[in-house]
Amino acid sequence: MASVKESIIELRNVTMSYGGPDGVVALAEASLQIQKGEFVAVVGPSGCGKSSLLKLISGLHPPQSGSLYVAGAPVSGPLKICGMAFQNAMLLPWRTAIDNVLLPLEIVDSHASGYRRKRTEYRKAASDLLATVGLSGFEEKYPWQLSGGMQQRASLCRALIHAPELLLLDEPFGALDPFTREDLWDVLQALWLERRPTVILVTHDLREAIFLADTVYVISHRPGRVISKTHIELQRPRQLEDTYTPAFIELSHSLREQIGLRKRR
Amino acid sequence: MRQALLKRSLPWVCTIGFFVLWQLICVVLKIDSFILPSPLEVWNSFTTHTALILSNALQTLITTVAGFALGVGFGLLFGLVIGASPTIYEAFYPIMIGFNSIPKVAIVPVLVIWFGIGTIPAIITAFATATFPIVVNVATGLATIEPEWQDVLRVLGARKWQILSKIGIPRAMPYFFASLKVAITLAFIGSVVAETVAANSGIGYLMMTASGRFDVPLVFAALVVVGVMGVVMYEVFAVIERRMTFWAVRSQEVVA
Repeated sequence: MASVKESIIELRNVTMSYGGPDGVVALAEASLQIQKGEFVAVVGPSGCGKSSLLKLISGLHPPQSGSLYVAGAPVSGPLKICGMAFQNAMLLPWRTAIDNVLLPLEIVDSHASGYRRKRTEYRKAASDLLATVGLSGFEEKYPWQLSGGMQQRASLCRALIHAPELLLLDEPFGALDPFTREDLWDVLQALWLERRPTVILVTHDLREAIFLADTVYVISHRPGRVISKTHIELQRPRQLEDTYTPAFIELSHSLREQIGLRKRR
Repeated sequence: MRQALLKRSLPWVCTIGFFVLWQLICVVLKIDSFILPSPLEVWNSFTTHTALILSNALQTLITTVAGFALGVGFGLLFGLVIGASPTIYEAFYPIMIGFNSIPKVAIVPVLVIWFGIGTIPAIITAFATATFPIVVNVATGLATIEPEWQDVLRVLGARKWQILSKIGIPRAMPYFFASLKVAITLAFIGSVVAETVAANSGIGYLMMTASGRFDVPLVFAALVVVGVMGVVMYEVFAVIERRMTFWAVRSQEVVA
């Protein structure tokens, strides 16, 4: 299915560290290729450099060595085609839910120029998007009037409103209870199937990775190295019941082993 | 419900209690009104000199608000500049601390040499006392933005001024409005101090002339009026603060 598509992200032997050349190495000689429209999950033990990978790809942090291309061009600063969501929803408390979702449209060049003119149109789009994640009626609520799950939904909408080619998700469901989390897997899968952005999802949760992704990368303990790449061939749209099938459990066992083995050495 | 009532009435009870205690002490210890006039004597002085006190109070209020307004404008601007740039903050830090350490009463004679006796030295003194807390608070609000918020905007290709206007300034507003309450009371101190040294009108001037005539009850009446003006202005800015930055004090709202 992903055979003839062009690759949108390419890392060749990328090393990244914090605090200069002698600093802490977060990611060592990582090489990977991500195709346009692919849903990639990155799993690994905590502190293995998963989040660093996102900082790298988004251009927020430069690599130490190696080359990094996004959409055919080398990355030299923050990209403008990204949407990003974090473990904390990071909504702005002085803005209502809908105004938080509209934030990217006020910033991204192609939208910001016509923002005043298209205001009603954009508000409609934002309100529709909020409705698809089950937040209709909450447009005018402030973040602190929403539950954690609702905030995270709004945060997803904010990451998606400007139809980014690249969606970077840094453990977006990590702080939620299991039921809300599984609920949001469905939401995210539906949004992805509809819009087909390229997604990189960083997570601790193997079930989450297998449920959502086309490809799961496992990163080893610090310094992070890419130690395996697994294609998930399960049919889409995937159902929550699928996570209890033998094939699914088999996959999660084999991934779990890869993480565990490397850590013990 | 009962607790809410208690909470509302406590400030009144305490304030009235303070004056009652004051009155009791004066009566019981038979303190001469030349040393410490009782609240009733102060009240009598206020009613006999009402027009005089109020016209001078108005003068002080205008002076204070003018100096305060300058302080707000300058404090907000300067606070934003040094809050947005750690380099500029470092550069101005010694000067800022130095200026704030100078007792403002000490600059009044210099101001008199420059501007003569009158309203302008008082306005400038009020400005000088009110500015510092605004600068520091606005700068703190800007400098303590969560890095993740900046990342949210930076991955969208936001420029520095966009991060400042979308996150920095709104984020600094609770700090700014909180500082206004403090700044307005400091502005009163500044203007009254300047008036006692070099002015032809104002509460400070009235106090100096009254004490020159050994009219101690009038001095106290003027002091109480300054205190009342301070409380009223503080409350005005507390209300403005709650209106403008309700989102920052939500925890209490949710609990209540």
